Amino acid sequence: MDVTTLLLLLLVGALATYFSGDKIASKVALFFSLAAFCLSLYLLSLYKQGTDISFIENWIESPKIYLAFQADGLSMAMVLLTTALLPLIIFSSFGTSFSNAKSFYALVLFMAFAMTGTFLAADGLLYYIFWELALIPIYFIALIWGNGDADERRKAVVKFFIYTLAGSLFMLIAFAYLYQKTGNFLVGDLGRVKLSSTEQFWIFLAFFLAYAIKIPIIPFHTWQAKVYQKAPAVGTMLLSGIMLKMGLYSVIRWQLPIAPLAAKEYMNVFIGLSIAGVIYGSIVALRQNDLKKLLAYSSLAHVGLIAAGCYTLTLDGLSGAVSQMIAHGFVIIGLFFVAEIIYRRYETRTISEMGGIRAQTPRFSSMFMILVLASVALPGTFNFVGEFTVLYSLAQNNIWFALFGGTTIIFGAYYMLKMYQNVMLGETNTKIFKDVTTNEAIVLIFIIFFLLFFGLYPKPIVDLVTPSLQEILSNINRFN
Amino acid sequence: MQTLIAISGLGVFILIAEIFNLRKLLVPVAIIGLLAILGLNVTEFSTPGTFYNNMIVVDAFSVAFSSLFIILTIFLVALTDDVYKEHPTKISDFIAIKIFLLAGAITMVSFGNLSMFFLGIEVLSIALYVLAASERLNLKSNEAGMKYFLMGSFASGIILFGICLIYGATGSFDVAEIYDLSQGAGLPSWFAIGIVLMIIGMLFKIAAVPFHFWAPDVYQGSPALTTATMSTLAKVVAMATLFKLLSGLTSSMSPEFEMVILVVSILSMTVGNIMALRQDNVKRMLAFSGISHAGFMLMAILSLSTAASTLLYYSAAYALAGIASFAVIIYVTKNKDNEDIFNFNGLGKTNPLLAAILTASLLSMAGIPIFSGFFAKFMLFTQTIESGYLFLVIVAVINSIISVGYYFKLIVAMYTKEPSETKKPVPFVYYFAGVVAILLNIIMGLYPSLVTNLLR
Repeated sequence: MDVTTLLLLLLVGALATYFSGDKIASKVALFFSLAAFCLSLYLLSLYKQGTDISFIENWIESPKIYLAFQADGLSMAMVLLTTALLPLIIFSSFGTSFSNAKSFYALVLFMAFAMTGTFLAADGLLYYIFWELALIPIYFIALIWGNGDADERRKAVVKFFIYTLAGSLFMLIAFAYLYQKTGNFLVGDLGRVKLSSTEQFWIFLAFFLAYAIKIPIIPFHTWQAKVYQKAPAVGTMLLSGIMLKMGLYSVIRWQLPIAPLAAKEYMNVFIGLSIAGVIYGSIVALRQNDLKKLLAYSSLAHVGLIAAGCYTLTLDGLSGAVSQMIAHGFVIIGLFFVAEIIYRRYETRTISEMGGIRAQTPRFSSMFMILVLASVALPGTFNFVGEFTVLYSLAQNNIWFALFGGTTIIFGAYYMLKMYQNVMLGETNTKIFKDVTTNEAIVLIFIIFFLLFFGLYPKPIVDLVTPSLQEILSNINRFN
Repeated sequence: MQTLIAISGLGVFILIAEIFNLRKLLVPVAIIGLLAILGLNVTEFSTPGTFYNNMIVVDAFSVAFSSLFIILTIFLVALTDDVYKEHPTKISDFIAIKIFLLAGAITMVSFGNLSMFFLGIEVLSIALYVLAASERLNLKSNEAGMKYFLMGSFASGIILFGICLIYGATGSFDVAEIYDLSQGAGLPSWFAIGIVLMIIGMLFKIAAVPFHFWAPDVYQGSPALTTATMSTLAKVVAMATLFKLLSGLTSSMSPEFEMVILVVSILSMTVGNIMALRQDNVKRMLAFSGISHAGFMLMAILSLSTAASTLLYYSAAYALAGIASFAVIIYVTKNKDNEDIFNFNGLGKTNPLLAAILTASLLSMAGIPIFSGFFAKFMLFTQTIESGYLFLVIVAVINSIISVGYYFKLIVAMYTKEPSETKKPVPFVYYFAGVVAILLNIIMGLYPSLVTNLLR
């Protein structure tokens, strides 16, 4: 039993969903996503027992490319994040009906397959292939099933595709260049490669372009808000919950170990850029009147802080970043789902057209409130653990970074609570707001349970990722 | 060698079959014949050799490329059936011409003597002139044939002039002898001029900038099936021939010459891509995209000694994607008076399979994994970086990004615009050609070693 089983399961799931027909496609997809979640839990238990669940096989002789999948704590955490969120995302879409549902759900599962592959791949080119593969399904999901004016959507989605592809092609050049030095693409060998500091600088930049666009870090964020707004809810959740974590994960896994000298030398620049994203995202979020756009910008602010944590090159920064990635994945999916729930009833995403919902549905409003509080990192939620650790590591580096980074919490509390006030409070709305259905409640309760449980007891996740982060850090410090 | 004879024999047989009124059997017979010849060709891998005083040289390079050409011809012949349904009297001619074209193509990659090379290029070109003008009642097709003929014969003349100068300098047409002589000192200066003239002629045939002006008009005016032939088969034949010529005649290129190839390559991909962005006609767009792909393939020439397998892989990936896309384009634009993009509106709804085939082939041309177009580009990039042209690779990558712009224009039209017509039954052959070509393309993407190991 190794990790390829999981990948195969997801791929078979995508095919089975496609051939199951429109009527039951969503249920087949849910079944396979749950199966994938159980399988990844099983793989986790195997990993914990110390069983080797990695996989390596020759693929192409020249250039030398391996079919290599490696599962360490970091990869397993990200894989679990993917497979745990996937059933939630699929289940959350049960209230919406899609034309050509079989293609839709097949694409969702295929995307999960590609993202899982990205998290597990231990060969640079294999990783690159999965990284690019993940782009195709989300492109079609947003293009075909998205909402709003067709022309605008087309523009936004094509821009997104070309942007991301442009970034990753520079990463491909970096890999091709590194291949001259190592003779293969294995992550271990690439992590030991000896490069001059100029070479490191350029390679670091090439990787940075790919990741900064995907994460996104300022000033490469311009695709984000429009695409989040135009994509269907499922697409937005996939993008914000999992796909942008691919960029953050890749920073830790590939960029920092390959070019550590550049990472150290220009640390302040990259932390600075990330923090600029925090402030910019927060300020722009303050002024949004579209619920999905507001969440998109709040997401920009949060991932900026995560990226800053990664670039501190300290164990605290990295482990805080990983915790926050997971926490953010859950909370942002919950919030986008809330936006979708409101949209299902009011058919609007404009905040000023909402209001007065709380009195009609106390159950929903309290769940929404918990998500808002988690998003602003209230102590007791998992987000607090991550955000606090990152801020702590930033403070160790430079107190100003922590100070500016900390604005995310202050601003966040302001715009999120203001949003909550405008959406939920006020005089009872004349339009009737039907209470959340059981299906919708299940998704929200799962998310809230997860956030609170690990908020109070984060040890399992921290213990899972710390050893592999330590290994990566010792690799980063190999030049000292 | 036997391959070449068998192909010519098959062509003659097809012509004769017409006399005995066996039209219905022509396409199946031609395909079965070509499959048999493909098998015969593969056996020649183990028996390399030279024939007729070094006129024909059979080696791994020629056999590998010949196999690719035969496979492409099988697709092109299969598509003939439906295209000429309304003109059944012509079908034997067109199949025979395609098979003779194949004979010319194979001569072009297995020559050992410059006169054979010239014969090959003429057989191929004349077949293409005829095919370009084959819709004789259509003004555009006539124009295309005329333009192609004038420009093509001019290029042939330049090549011939180059061959004469080389003969004058070395006293030989034999490639191996010329190579030996070129190693020593004391060759007159017109030897180099001769080589340059030959290369200019070949650059014309592959439609590299600045010798590309004929391509858009000819591609647009010719019948769609001929455009498919030109943009897939003829293009990779010319590219392989240029590679064989250069690696056969010179051992190492001077830095000045490499600079020229570098500039032509950059110009081709940039001009091709930027012009393609502005096109509304799909055939014209693919003509410009073909120009930019020629620029990419020229990168292989910068590492002559090692790039043969990369070039084979790139040509195969590009040509198979081209066949698949043209299978769809020929069907969609059949009985239409133009090939503008709006004809493809809503194809994703009316015919999802055809739309998927076209999408896959465009993704392959754009270089998205897991299609073989990705590995083709990647191997080319690795090779070129190894030869020390990092700058060229960066330009190529920027061009890959630009190319997504126009490939996706078509994809967006298929999936987001409303269809203008209802679903019609599609002849099976289009599905067949498209699906098989894309499957071959994907198999190559999953197991690149299958192809690259042929030339290692």
